Amino acid sequence: MRGLRRNRVALAALAIMIVVALFSGVGPWLNPNAADTLDWAHVAASPGFEHAHWWGTDRLGRDLFVRTLEGTRVSLAIGLLATLISVGVGISYGAIAGYVGGRTDHVMMRVIEILSGLPLIFFVIFLTVIFGRGPALLFLTIGAVGWLSMARIVRGQALSIRQREYIEAAIALGAGSGRIIVKHVVPNLIGPVIVYATLTVPQIILFESFLSFLGLGIQEPRVSLGTLIAAGAGEMEAAPWILLIPGGMLALLLLCLNIFGDGLRDALDVKER
Amino acid sequence: MHPIPTLQVEGLSVHFDAPAGPLPAVREVSMSVAAAECVAVVGESGSGKTQLCLAVMGLLGRGAVVDGSVKFQGQELRGAPLKVLNQFRGATLSMVFQDPLSSLTPHLRIGAQLTEVLRHHRGAGSRQAWTLAARMLERVRLPDVQRRMRQYPHELSGGMRQRVMIAMSLLCGPALMIADEPTTALDVTVQAQILELLRDLRAELGMALILISHDLGVVGGIADRILVMYAGRIVEAAPVADLWRAPRHPYTAALLACVPALSGPLSSRLATLPGQAPQPAEVGPGCAFAPRCLRSEDRCRRERPTLSGSGAHQAACHFPLSA
Repeated sequence: MRGLRRNRVALAALAIMIVVALFSGVGPWLNPNAADTLDWAHVAASPGFEHAHWWGTDRLGRDLFVRTLEGTRVSLAIGLLATLISVGVGISYGAIAGYVGGRTDHVMMRVIEILSGLPLIFFVIFLTVIFGRGPALLFLTIGAVGWLSMARIVRGQALSIRQREYIEAAIALGAGSGRIIVKHVVPNLIGPVIVYATLTVPQIILFESFLSFLGLGIQEPRVSLGTLIAAGAGEMEAAPWILLIPGGMLALLLLCLNIFGDGLRDALDVKER
Repeated sequence: MHPIPTLQVEGLSVHFDAPAGPLPAVREVSMSVAAAECVAVVGESGSGKTQLCLAVMGLLGRGAVVDGSVKFQGQELRGAPLKVLNQFRGATLSMVFQDPLSSLTPHLRIGAQLTEVLRHHRGAGSRQAWTLAARMLERVRLPDVQRRMRQYPHELSGGMRQRVMIAMSLLCGPALMIADEPTTALDVTVQAQILELLRDLRAELGMALILISHDLGVVGGIADRILVMYAGRIVEAAPVADLWRAPRHPYTAALLACVPALSGPLSSRLATLPGQAPQPAEVGPGCAFAPRCLRSEDRCRRERPTLSGSGAHQAACHFPLSA
């Protein structure tokens, strides 16, 4: 972690993300408008301070400041929670398959292949039917799909780590398989996992907006960055800020996530220093 | 009444299943190590020394087929369940590997790796384990112990890391330590220090030591007995002094001739052994060394010699030197 503290850019990215996250929680109270009230006096108003809509309004006169912050909160929550699920499941599944190897590995990998052979949308519809719709369960469904590629990456790493001498040394010192996986395999594959996870968050945020567009994800009157961007894309020529404001927010978050992920990987990679 | 040897290996064979047929790496090796004895196993690369000790530890992978018996303090290890093996490994039976640079888990601090062993085998609390580990590191003469324990393996030099590995394998007071070429990856000066350390520790702790090496000169000063391996078999077994004074197997004699003497003239060429060690699949019915042996006759190619000789000094040769 010492390395991370020295990496100013990564720290700045982390700080920006924290500020944005806090702001998305506190911000809506600073503005008199609610996310779902219509202001017919200011329809598609441009950003400015001459009215109460600092970041402008959309075609129905809803305040973009409040809506963007609410959408950011929802998108961040879905992105982080779904990533946590896919990382957790992916690491345990992949590490066991890769370290144990042999027939176990074969069976576990075939299961993954069958699951990833299913059409994704069909799978998500199936899961939303079981779990019901709503933002709380959306991250579960996305996480349940997202762990597949994470498990593949982890397994590949575990396969090569298994051959290393320190694993043999650990066996020679009397450590059992479970202990070796937890203490010696998983911590050594955390680098690629972190990088992949930081790339997963934006993917999930985009996937969520795609699902919302299909009517499977976040539904009005709730908002996410994805639904805001989808709505803004239709108004791009007449009122570009409806697209640019949530789009800029998403871009800022993704940039910070990627920079922070890079920094984290460098800091965790002990042997590269 | 005969005391139980610390390690008793009987007819141990290891072969690997290859597409072209089985590849034997170790052939019917029998050996025993008494308590507090130091036995050196010497041989060229590929003579099966490492496979022998991996087989003893039960560390060979799925591809290897092991036959024979390995008894540790009277208990059969071959075919013992993993749970039983894990009680021995690292506790009473420990191993030091060839390359200290890659034998330590890179992302764990030295202290964490050492205390893990104690907590696992002895159920020690974390503070107690830390104290014991620090004491053991001082014993292997690692300087600046408290600071080193908070560092990662890459922050230590090769010699320091090998000291850590030795300390780790000594933590639970093993009855037998197997050191597989513990100094090969190190500088010559560090090598001497590590060997001296091993010799002192063995005397202090009264443990048995199996030292694997390809260098007769390295083991001469520390071992009680030397086993010379060639193509997977033990070809000569003798107390160190006897072996140096009067080797019986021509292979041993040739190896000894290759050890450079400090007293000789500087310009003299190093002695070499003509030919190459045979591939595992190439060994015929006779003596494996026959093709390279100056003394070989027809009988050597037809009939395999068995270990024989008087008392502690045994050699597998039809025409032993100075018998």
